[in-house]
Amino acid sequence: MRIDRGTTGAGLNRRGFLGLGAATATAAALSGCAGGTGASGPGDPRPGGRLRAAFSGGGADELLDPHTTDLYVEIARAKALFDKLADYGSDMSPQPRLAESWEAADDLATWRITLREATFHDGRPVRADDVLASYARILEPGSTRRAKASLSSIDLPNSRAVDDRTIEFRLTRPYADFPNAMATLGAYIVPEGATNFDRPIGSGPFKFVSFEPGRSFVAARNPEYWEGAPRLDELEIVVTNDESARVNALLGEQVDYAHDLTPTSARTYEDSGRMRIHRLPLSSFHGLVMKTDRPPFDRPELRQAMFHLINREELVRSVLQGSGQIGNDLYGKGYQYYADSLPQRSQDLDRARALIKQAGADGLSIDFDTSDASSGLREAAVAIADQAKQAGLNLNVKQGNEDTYWSDIADSGVLASYRSGALPLESHISQRLLSSSTTNLSHWQRPDFDALFHEAQSTSDEGRRAELYRRMQEELYDQGGFVWWGVSDFVVASAGHIGGIDDRAPANTLNWARFDKVWSG
Amino acid sequence: MNLPRYVLRRLLLGIVQVVAAMVAIFFLTDALPGDAAVTTAGDNPDPAVIALLREQLRLDEPAWQRLGSWMSGVLHGDLGESLVGPSPVTEVIGAAIGPTLLLAALTVALLVPVSVLLGMLAANREGSRTDRLITSSTLGLYSAPEFSTAILLVALFAVQLGWFPPTAVGSESLLSNPALLVLPVFVLLLRPVCSLSRLVRAGMVDALRSDYVRHARRLGLRPTRVQVAHALPNAIAPAVQQLARTLDWLLGGVIVVEYVFAVPGLGTTLVEAVSARDLPVVQGLALVFATTTVLINLAADVAARAFAPASEVGR
Repeated sequence: MRIDRGTTGAGLNRRGFLGLGAATATAAALSGCAGGTGASGPGDPRPGGRLRAAFSGGGADELLDPHTTDLYVEIARAKALFDKLADYGSDMSPQPRLAESWEAADDLATWRITLREATFHDGRPVRADDVLASYARILEPGSTRRAKASLSSIDLPNSRAVDDRTIEFRLTRPYADFPNAMATLGAYIVPEGATNFDRPIGSGPFKFVSFEPGRSFVAARNPEYWEGAPRLDELEIVVTNDESARVNALLGEQVDYAHDLTPTSARTYEDSGRMRIHRLPLSSFHGLVMKTDRPPFDRPELRQAMFHLINREELVRSVLQGSGQIGNDLYGKGYQYYADSLPQRSQDLDRARALIKQAGADGLSIDFDTSDASSGLREAAVAIADQAKQAGLNLNVKQGNEDTYWSDIADSGVLASYRSGALPLESHISQRLLSSSTTNLSHWQRPDFDALFHEAQSTSDEGRRAELYRRMQEELYDQGGFVWWGVSDFVVASAGHIGGIDDRAPANTLNWARFDKVWSG
Repeated sequence: MNLPRYVLRRLLLGIVQVVAAMVAIFFLTDALPGDAAVTTAGDNPDPAVIALLREQLRLDEPAWQRLGSWMSGVLHGDLGESLVGPSPVTEVIGAAIGPTLLLAALTVALLVPVSVLLGMLAANREGSRTDRLITSSTLGLYSAPEFSTAILLVALFAVQLGWFPPTAVGSESLLSNPALLVLPVFVLLLRPVCSLSRLVRAGMVDALRSDYVRHARRLGLRPTRVQVAHALPNAIAPAVQQLARTLDWLLGGVIVVEYVFAVPGLGTTLVEAVSARDLPVVQGLALVFATTTVLINLAADVAARAFAPASEVGR
């Protein structure tokens, strides 16, 4: 039998996948930005107590191996126990973590990393060899670990530990944004030789206590944490896939924090005084993807017609239910290197009609793939099909299988609803928009575009790099295969007595699920 | 046919049924679009990764070959390994079976006395106000699916009134806080009680009109004794067989109830395994469900023969 597991929140699929990317926030001003709307606020920060957080999960299949994290709950647990060399700030720029500093040689293909003084939970120091061993484990042949693609630019045999706290990475090519790779999802540092994660040892703010896959994870305060000990004595993460069960558990005071709520729940309980709603902005990008190498979207005029026929405000209002903002068809609004100087587009049906005519697509019927793999995909497709009809284009919404949707739209069809979690612009481009990209859904294969990207990665001049990113985005804005019509918030909720939740960090970024900064008042 | 031979024949038939169910479920699940490699890759469908996973999980082997090696494993008591998680299937099932058994056992333990009591109450004075109240409300509640009653009951008794916990989230076991069990068991009981009590009522009404009951009354036996000792055993035979069907149905109800109340049992595990296309886990759970169904039906038929030995049951 089929069960509706309840819609998940902005931009992830039912099993709580990470939305294609990692991301994080600035380490500064953590306790100062605890916000949220709803129940009366917590008291002043105070030590002690236990926090119980409810996430959706993957049942008995969940792992504690930090290198195979695929679900939000797995990342939340991994970041409690482990650290990465870097992590993403709220604008997706890399922030140093276990790496105290990094420095590139002039060729941008040699990077020297200095580690901060930190220890693993068993008292051993975090050393350069641990970093090399962790990356070797991620990159080993036959590995399907998520961070592998991002770290594959490292020429590991020629990289070395200069001393215990210094690593020299040799890369296979110039890579100006290499710190993004150190911040990538799943690039956690584990002790050298660690292969069994039944009782994991990391360097993170909490120490492992117990774990039952798909049910409960308990960790205790690490008083020696390099960034300062957490305030909480204990953290428990429990799993339930049903959104209403998470809301009910929070209402019933069974948990103190509920991850990933729908905009509907947010609106329902915002003013109820029974929970605090936190809307984490810039968390999930909503759009559609056109195959630029297949008829009819091989005609740039038809892609441009799509840019002009979409009513972004209406989609934000109806599909995102106001929990978000309009996009300007480009990925990465609010992030580092985003081209915010380009004029904001709005619906222009006359122009869309003219472009459709120019493309010879007047009255054409086009299949539009969608599914319930992520909340809002289907609703957006239906609304966009309505808008297209006004411009004389018939989009036939076809509902696909939700468990295999992402893989299905990679190869088949010409037009599909899409969404993405937070990624730095560099990762978005390298994963999706280069001739060599592994998930190039819009089939955007342009030697000139590839060249701009490789030049950006080969220049140490920050201003020049920003200029090259702007030029790539102009090209996409003009005739790219993605239409990013909106950016949604990610909704989490907490009990009134919980403080220290960062309301500005997009999901998956450094300050998202930072339970070491949270207190129970 | 004597009873041991009957049981043996039914058991052999049961094995054939379970094997047939295994084969059908394997091919049906296998026919779903996608496989464990695709669902594991999730929203990051790098074709190279998917191909590698497929090879590692041996999904590139033909379906009949995978089914064959799974079946031969079962003969040696090995249900295989989860494709997605780190554990053997037996461990996955072992970890999830406790809460489901507890819910099912409590439901069954309450089901029979409650249904018999309601059925007898209604039949006792046919057409009375009690009878009409019981028959109409059982009909109404029988028509309400579990997921809707569960959500409504949680909204009222857990969220609004706060009498019971709304979910089992984060509790070590269901027994650690018995209040957790109240709403799930109530929801599970609701529909079976409705169907069973109506059958008991119908059986009792027939029995009370029968000649032998009239005869017993004429002999001056006490009304309660007539009802319990003479009418009930005859009224209950059809109900026992319905009970078996109800228990089959309970397995479906458990999936819904576990999901709504976030109980980490077999139902929740099955839902997870199907969406992850984790075929060995789906097969292992199907084996448990199919075997249970066969055994319950067998037990019910044997019981029905015991209650009404003169009937033609199971011929």
